[in-house]
Amino acid sequence: MLRLMQQSIGGIDRRSFLKVSAGSGFALGAFPLGAQTPAAGGALKPNQQPSAFVSIDADGTVTVTIGKIDIGQGVQTSLPLIVAEEMDAHWSKMRCKLAPAGEAYKDPLFQIQMVGGSTTTKNSWMQYREIGARMRAMLMGAASKRFGVPAGQLKTESGFVIAPDGRRASYGELASAALAEPVPATVQLKSPQQFKLIGKPTGRLDARDKSSGRQQFGMDVRLPGMRTVVMVHPPVFGAKVARFDAARAKAIAGVEDVYQVPLAGGATGLAIAADGFWPARTAREVMHVEWDTSGLEKADSDALLARYRELAAQPGMRATTADTSALASAPQKITAEYTFPYLAHTPMEPLNCTIDYRGDQCTVWVGSQFQTIDQAAVASVLGLKPEQVTFNTMMAGGGFGRRATGTSDYVFEAAQVAKARYAAGRREPMKMVWTREDDVRGGYYRPMHLHRVEIGHDGKGKVLAWKHMIVGQSITMGGPFEPFVVKNGVDSTLTEGVAESAYPFPIALEVHQPKVNVPVLWWRSVGHSHNAFVMETLVDELAYAGGLDPVAYRRSLLREHRRHLAALDLAVEQSGYGKTRLAAGRAWGVAVHESFDSVVAYVVEASMRGDQPVLHRVTAAVHCNLAVNPRTIEAQVQGGMVMGLGTTLPGARITLKDGVVQQSNWHDYRLATHGHMPPQVSVHIVPSADPPTGIGEPSVPPIAPAIANAVAALTGKRIRSLPFEA
Amino acid sequence: MISFRLNGKPQDVDVPGDTPVLWVLRDTVGLTGTKFGCGIAVCGACTVHVDGRQRRACVTPVSSIAGRELTTIEAIGDDKVGRAVQDAWVRHDVVQCGYCQSGQVMAAVALLKANKRPTDADIDRAMSANLCRCGTYARIHAAVKDAAKAIA
Repeated sequence: MLRLMQQSIGGIDRRSFLKVSAGSGFALGAFPLGAQTPAAGGALKPNQQPSAFVSIDADGTVTVTIGKIDIGQGVQTSLPLIVAEEMDAHWSKMRCKLAPAGEAYKDPLFQIQMVGGSTTTKNSWMQYREIGARMRAMLMGAASKRFGVPAGQLKTESGFVIAPDGRRASYGELASAALAEPVPATVQLKSPQQFKLIGKPTGRLDARDKSSGRQQFGMDVRLPGMRTVVMVHPPVFGAKVARFDAARAKAIAGVEDVYQVPLAGGATGLAIAADGFWPARTAREVMHVEWDTSGLEKADSDALLARYRELAAQPGMRATTADTSALASAPQKITAEYTFPYLAHTPMEPLNCTIDYRGDQCTVWVGSQFQTIDQAAVASVLGLKPEQVTFNTMMAGGGFGRRATGTSDYVFEAAQVAKARYAAGRREPMKMVWTREDDVRGGYYRPMHLHRVEIGHDGKGKVLAWKHMIVGQSITMGGPFEPFVVKNGVDSTLTEGVAESAYPFPIALEVHQPKVNVPVLWWRSVGHSHNAFVMETLVDELAYAGGLDPVAYRRSLLREHRRHLAALDLAVEQSGYGKTRLAAGRAWGVAVHESFDSVVAYVVEASMRGDQPVLHRVTAAVHCNLAVNPRTIEAQVQGGMVMGLGTTLPGARITLKDGVVQQSNWHDYRLATHGHMPPQVSVHIVPSADPPTGIGEPSVPPIAPAIANAVAALTGKRIRSLPFEA
Repeated sequence: MISFRLNGKPQDVDVPGDTPVLWVLRDTVGLTGTKFGCGIAVCGACTVHVDGRQRRACVTPVSSIAGRELTTIEAIGDDKVGRAVQDAWVRHDVVQCGYCQSGQVMAAVALLKANKRPTDADIDRAMSANLCRCGTYARIHAAVKDAAKAIA
């Protein structure tokens, strides 16, 4: 999501970014945005100091404290891997810890502590290498004194410094002396040819703990005397509590009290505190609450679709310009309308936040993707300075964007409950736990979209004109990211993947960004999650219309884009496309798409069972430059493929009626299951030594269109909506 | 007071009988390896074994397990099949966020105890009741097959 933000930052002047203000959450201000290089005089920034990131025990255990949250994407392993490489540490000695909110842990580019936009490895690559190399230099400095040998004559290997005469000192022995060594400003980094760990498939550091129930997530925080808080959220976004009767709720054993609190977005809600989840949850069932929904738009998906369709017929904001005059005279035309629903992230771990508020200080435990922003939100609610809020980053049971909100919605909410309880004289710590129903109905969805596309072409693959309209809510307008994402009135997360498509089509793109009373958010791969579907199914349709092979057609269009070609060619080669004869009733489907600076290509093999496709085989190829940990990359592609496949399944949608979300849990908001996995899935990585690019999101967008293209090959029917119709 | 055996040891809890086993484990006993995901028995994150058979702890009233043997993820590694499954999970680097994996492991153990040589279709059927939002299914599938081989 934030790739565009980075581009914008680069494009503007790299001068300022978010500044957190105590009043209302954030404001823009002068937040210096410098490059990673040390300032004159060799002064290093906090995020360049090894002491903030590396600690070495006497037994040689090396713990890397990472400034990034691991939401499953594997940076808890790949960042220590990068440090270990430059340190020449032994991999079996490496451990990882998630850093609390802190100056040293701010992203060097974003200047806030956050995870998003598949940027972690990309932005941390040089930073963590340099930290590892600095640590190594300091260990060598300590060894130099011990051995009486100039540091230049020492070498390092697998956790030892070795003198020319064969004397060895372990990193554990040298650790305390090394910390007293000066921190070098500049360090020599390895060349990719010297890498021993980077590039080698490496198992996750948390594999055992997460396979045995030992991993502690935010949900698992337990403190003495802690209360559990279950919320009563409004049925319509923005509604306020009109009146409520908590008598029956409070009669339930274990219930402490019920508090009315402000929620993000101007709503109010109720918080039921109890000595455990179950009494609080039971109390919610018997609460009588009346809501004030006056003046609120009550969103309705069907009505919204009709409104979007009307909007699509009217001129919108211009995103890209091109001559469309050939539309009228083109020998052939494609006119297509595409629709995409709201989608909820539904990470497996329901949202939760634990707070121990003591009046003049506060400690928070939460799986946040936006530590700096969420810490400031808590401070603002409680009237504290951010540094008075100790903000612990917990391992998160999935995120997919949901833990990265500009409004800090659920963290803000927990802070409001902490404030209300404190005002009522309650001093015990509390853990707010959302139920799955709170999550599914809680908004912050991938927006609903409608595309209308008119293409004039010559019937031989040549596009003469392309008029494209996208209708959908802006994710960022009105929030802290607007200045970096919205250009000339157009939210670039709405147009990404069309506006800068690698295909050399003369696309005239316009948008409508209606305001709707449904909170929206980035959802793994953001705008690409719908835009890739439109682009890749239309390209396929153009190939068929021209009697051209869909792979050959794409290759001819992408001839200037070597990374696209490399990924596409690798997937095609590994799949046997064009060489293998498929069984009767089966067909290929192909798609390739770039997002977050990486390219993913899929070749799928599918058949039809009734009116739904069945996948037999998926071959994926990815170009994400240098593969830091190929095993993680494979996992991210496998997982993104499942998430994208899930968007095709009937039932994979959030709908609203009279302002109320109609789904409530996974029985009516469908995800892909184990049984949806094709029997054969393979992931191939294009070799590269260039600095790494994103991998958390790029595998999501191209899978749904690859499947739709296989369906078109099998049935002749072009699918124009996600999920596929039941 | 409700009495049952928890991971091989006697356990008494003083809670209303309709309290789900999930919350007895997490809030009363303090074992947090069993996860809350949906609360309506559709995701499997809370999978435990009662007398060796898998149950969804989020909808199992604690009164219904009085006198029975409850096994959770914390102790499944003491079991030969449980250990084999966990080892296969590590070998195959299955986990991503890991939140569903306690339940996945418990479901896989239950499958392998009932069916030592599951086919691909058996695994698909048995494991489809456990959701994973990260999409680790391919590796879960491979790990279950590998664990089956290890205990054969």
